[in-house]
Amino acid sequence: MTMKILIVEDDAEAAAYLAKGLREAGHVADHAGDGEKGLEMALSAPYDVMIVDRMLPRRDGLSLVSAVRGEGRETPILVLSALGQVDDRVVGLRAGGDDYLSKPYAFTELLARVEALGRRRGSSPAQTVYRVGDLEMDRLSHRVARGATEIDLQPREFRLLEYLMRNAGQVVTRTMLLEHVWDYHFDPQTNVIDVHMSRLRSKIDKGFDKPLLHTVRGAGYMIRDGLR
Amino acid sequence: MTGFGKLLRTTAFRLAVVYLVIFVLFAGAVLGYVAWNTRRLLESQLSETIETEINSLAEQYRIGGMRRLAATIERRSRQARGFLYLLADTRSEVLAGNATELVQVLQSPPGWREVPFRRADEQESFITLAKVRIFVLPNGMRLLVGHDLEERQRLRQVIRQAMGLSILLVFVLGGFGALMVSRRVLRPVEDIAEAGRRIMSGDLKERLPVRGVGDEFDRLAESLNQMLARIDELMSGMRAVSDNIAHDLRTPLTRLRAGAEEALRNARSPDHLRQALERTIEESDALIKVFNALLMIARAEAGSTPGAMTDVDLAKIVRDVGELYDPVAEEARLRLVVEAQTPVVVRGNRELLGQALSNLVDNAVKYGVPVEGADAPAEVRLTLGCEGGTALLVVADHGVGVPPAERERVLDRFVRLEKSRAQPGFGLGLSLVAAIARLHGGNFRIEDNAPGVRAVLTLPRASAVPVAAQ
Repeated sequence: MTMKILIVEDDAEAAAYLAKGLREAGHVADHAGDGEKGLEMALSAPYDVMIVDRMLPRRDGLSLVSAVRGEGRETPILVLSALGQVDDRVVGLRAGGDDYLSKPYAFTELLARVEALGRRRGSSPAQTVYRVGDLEMDRLSHRVARGATEIDLQPREFRLLEYLMRNAGQVVTRTMLLEHVWDYHFDPQTNVIDVHMSRLRSKIDKGFDKPLLHTVRGAGYMIRDGLR
Repeated sequence: MTGFGKLLRTTAFRLAVVYLVIFVLFAGAVLGYVAWNTRRLLESQLSETIETEINSLAEQYRIGGMRRLAATIERRSRQARGFLYLLADTRSEVLAGNATELVQVLQSPPGWREVPFRRADEQESFITLAKVRIFVLPNGMRLLVGHDLEERQRLRQVIRQAMGLSILLVFVLGGFGALMVSRRVLRPVEDIAEAGRRIMSGDLKERLPVRGVGDEFDRLAESLNQMLARIDELMSGMRAVSDNIAHDLRTPLTRLRAGAEEALRNARSPDHLRQALERTIEESDALIKVFNALLMIARAEAGSTPGAMTDVDLAKIVRDVGELYDPVAEEARLRLVVEAQTPVVVRGNRELLGQALSNLVDNAVKYGVPVEGADAPAEVRLTLGCEGGTALLVVADHGVGVPPAERERVLDRFVRLEKSRAQPGFGLGLSLVAAIARLHGGNFRIEDNAPGVRAVLTLPRASAVPVAAQ
């Protein structure tokens, strides 16, 4: 799915890297170098996702986000910040941002988040049943089965799988999992997520011919019917 | 700026002036009241004296009739006692008395009067006031008896003089007092201001003088000293952070750079280059982690996250983190026991508290495996309890432990014990926990779990947090 993305970032070099990466991932990327230009572009053309740096010349990022929201635009916005304060994230989201990433970030992390934001916008509100290959999850009855085999999951494993299946076919990073499944934004020292994932994998993939849960090197995880 | 001009602008002096004015007005009112009362008393006394004189004249009249009265008046007129007499017949013919000039007054209706009166003394004559009473006798004759008011006049003069003098005295004494007070009040303030200037331009370690009398100025100086201590602490913290950044980021940065250079020089194939680049990214990620941790410690120590403080249930965080680490512990062949059922609410930042606990559990899982042959269960115990107004969070393991001498030191930044060198990490985990504890008004210490480590994090419970600590 190709998305039209607006990057509002004053560092031209960083913006160029970002745009290049997004284009390589199959998206269309526009760049605005300051807050006023960003607002003008955001209001003149429809974008699927906006990436907004917090510190911008002429109009700062948070004010840009508020202005876009004030115009009634629901475009998902990812706020970037180099400030790294503990409550930056809260401030960014309160201003109307949908997600938050602090600099420096891994491009894979940013891409995964941008795609998740764009997807969230396109998809219909939460489905009751998710299907990936022969894996099926009924969110109402909390039943998970692979083909004819029932799979017994712990509550947290269920939520982990639910998040993966909602983003089926897309990369989900470890921090995204920690944020959405555990609702924490701190940095666990060890790769705790990996251990949880290997547990989940042993439950849904072990003993089946075709693995569904894949590790995407340097990025995170993806649930998908068949390898990319 | 002259000293006096400076004095005029001080609060103490202005207060003294206001006080002085009020004092003077009050003193004036008291004096005025006294004067008015004295005058009234004097007047009624005079009236009484005149009344007595009249009575005695009436007695003479009863005894000897008109003739005796006239004779008595004539006699008494000559004994200059300040009394005025005048007896006149129906045709205003003066029969007796010493106040012949008041013959006009005699014709006015009977009763009390205050009239001007020319009094002749030995040397001069002057006009004074007199209080008189006029009678009409049964035979139609008129009698005037009075007394001059010189005494009252003199009293008024005395009072006026006294008043002027005492007001002058009040002004002088009050002004002197005001100067004294303002100087006394000014001096400690000046001392503090002077010391403050000295400290600002010089050594932050210096402190303001505390005189030890425990007054407002001592308390002010103590507060300012506490502020200085805090500033000094923060400055040292910042200095330590920059020192650490210099020391501990330079090494990995050098390694990072050397690795990239080496790859550029010696890479034989694209594969080689790719591997080198991947290593570079890994190393820079690690560097970013260290950098973030250092920043977080510095920020937590500076106490700069007031906006992110809410009431959070510590029990929920303990259960969450326990659950998050459960599979990790299991992989390390450790049993993770979580005891946190009842909610314990503290005022804090959920993310930071989660980070702190996660660091502790991470350490416990890394170093908490009992040494070979030790008689200890392979478990990590996470306990949340309460002691009065304090929440007590304990992460206990039975691993290698920390030698008593090192228990304070491991809380410093970048300190890694020999035994831990083999494990990944930067030696920032526990310093971050300590900083987060301080930020929340709590405390963090490492105790012996015989064998192993008992990491104790204490935090004030939400209901017990005094408002001043916020």
